[in-house]
Amino acid sequence: MSRSILRTIAIPLAAVVFGLLIGVVLILSQNASPATAYTALVVGGLGDADALLRTLQKATPLIFGGLAVAVAFKAGMFNIGGQGQLLVGAVFAAAVGFGIDGLPMVIHLPAALVAGAIAGAIWGGIAGALKATTGAHEVIVTIMLNFVAGNLTDWLSANPWKDNSGNNIVARTPLVEDSATIPTLGAVPVGFLLAVVVAVACWLVLERTTYGFEVRSVGHNRNAAQYSGIKVGWIMASTMAVAGMLAGLGGAVESLGVDGRFEAGVNVGLGFEGITIALLARANPLGVIPAALLVGLMEAGASRMQFKAGVAPELIDVIQALILFFVAAPIIIRWVLRMREDNSEQLRLGAGWGQS
Amino acid sequence: MKPRQKQLLYAGAALLIFVAWMFYTADGPQTTAVLAGTVRAATLLALGAMCGMIGERSGVVNIGIEGQFLMSAFVAFTIASMTGSLFLGTIAGVGMGLVMGWLLAAMAVGLKVDQIIAGTVLNISALGLTSFFYDRSAVGIGKYTNIDLGPLADLPLLGTVFFSRPPLTYLTMALLVLVHVALFRSVWGMRTRAIGEHPGAADTVGIDVLRLRYFNVTIAGGLAGLGGSYLALEAVGTFSRAMSGGRGFLALAVMIFGRRTPFGAYAAALFFGFTTALQNQFQLNNTFDIPPQFVGMLPFVVTIIVVAISGLMGSMRDPAALGQTYEKG
Repeated sequence: MSRSILRTIAIPLAAVVFGLLIGVVLILSQNASPATAYTALVVGGLGDADALLRTLQKATPLIFGGLAVAVAFKAGMFNIGGQGQLLVGAVFAAAVGFGIDGLPMVIHLPAALVAGAIAGAIWGGIAGALKATTGAHEVIVTIMLNFVAGNLTDWLSANPWKDNSGNNIVARTPLVEDSATIPTLGAVPVGFLLAVVVAVACWLVLERTTYGFEVRSVGHNRNAAQYSGIKVGWIMASTMAVAGMLAGLGGAVESLGVDGRFEAGVNVGLGFEGITIALLARANPLGVIPAALLVGLMEAGASRMQFKAGVAPELIDVIQALILFFVAAPIIIRWVLRMREDNSEQLRLGAGWGQS
Repeated sequence: MKPRQKQLLYAGAALLIFVAWMFYTADGPQTTAVLAGTVRAATLLALGAMCGMIGERSGVVNIGIEGQFLMSAFVAFTIASMTGSLFLGTIAGVGMGLVMGWLLAAMAVGLKVDQIIAGTVLNISALGLTSFFYDRSAVGIGKYTNIDLGPLADLPLLGTVFFSRPPLTYLTMALLVLVHVALFRSVWGMRTRAIGEHPGAADTVGIDVLRLRYFNVTIAGGLAGLGGSYLALEAVGTFSRAMSGGRGFLALAVMIFGRRTPFGAYAAALFFGFTTALQNQFQLNNTFDIPPQFVGMLPFVVTIIVVAISGLMGSMRDPAALGQTYEKG
């Protein structure tokens, strides 16, 4: 047991070390001190209660975004639409959050979260339903829906749901009511706890239920699944709706727990980071949690690193790319560490692209 | 293409020309501006689509076009402002594209990394590296200016839209023809399509599958590199963070939309370019009472509908070996 766990985490762990080592070269190229930079990065993400809170807050939407991609992968589909699903989730959660007044928190907060989840589910479900009924490629449809969501949420936050207080000219909604704001327990935002619970639930559903088995069957071989009587179209449509729901929840948690409102342009790019997280986690819902924590930590500490060591915060993007590269190409790590070959290590997703 | 489809295509083209002519006689400057904007926006998409097409025809998915654009735009801009030469900047951008293409090939073909991941690695590292090394004080040296093609440029409407353009736009149009001929009329093209459809069979007749994939993905990167140069040195004239703005992904859609053929992709690219240009014109004039965001949604909504309809008609088919690594048996 412990041996197999060790084998599972050896490659990702080595990938992180390799990524950081190459990062040293980049830091040196900027005439900065790698020791100072990395110390500041860690202190900025873990140093005190505030830093920890930042890390957990950064990690929360990454967990949801990572799950949105990972769950779709399980059914053999590539969800590039996390960004759009996150945006509609964020704006609808904010709308319920500021639009309704006088509800107790036990009703208002769940209602706002559910609004975000439903909006995301519809957004993801469109792509899944089109794939199931017409064969429209989910990669194209989700990319297109990202652009549509960007425009739609821009318009919503600039027109009907605009914050008209003071001299505001920015496209943003008013602040959400206190009764719809996600609280924090000490240094732990409740949204993070929700994300962890949801990740575990995803794992349980995928690995321990009939539905999960059907999803994985469709992912492994669509034709064989069809032949054995699984309703492939329904599985694809529903899985994409669930994936969209997860990303929508991520957006809702951002609006209700971090930003306190929806503002156009603030969440841009967050949905795409889910792809990195899911790939780092090898599409395993439980693996998404540590992957998101790692990236969240780096993002939380990046500004301190810039302040203390004068290193541009974008360094962490490069390090992320390197880690992803080493995880995806374990052959390099095995060669350096003289590890034995293990076929289960290679991650395969692209094969799903060719099926239609 | 079936004769009936061909008839439809010609009829559609004739209709489009007629409509354009009607608008031109009603409002000349407006129509010219929209159509010129259409060609401008289509060039980048066409280059990205050709890059993706050559990869996919050989069996390699390239979702890293976005990163290839961005990285090449950065290098093209940097070299142009260092040397003071747009031409050298363009060459450097194409060179960077070749390097990015080679990187993709090294990962996806050489190391047999999953192709989707390999492309994602390109995208993230391009965003990170260009922001990390971005020098805010760097000053651009402007951009390519229009070249009139002799008397052709004096033609009404068509002259401004097609024959009075900057150099990289002409180059792209020439490349569209070249890639079409190469893909469908040359031995290289036949071999390329073979390794994308049935690498095993191609191997049996003596084609080195891995080597050809390596070569094709690298060369295709050069096309995306030209796209990056176009973006920085012809379309915009400067570099800014994440300036590719999702157009690498859009190029992917254009490619599939255009059935992985150069002319089909150019038609799709022109369509996207047209809606973009229309949106800009709407915003500029404020003539219609439609929020710009809804005009902005139009091309994407239409694409979804078209992709769904053509999916129903079963006209979209991926190369059979797309996304799979090839192991020599």
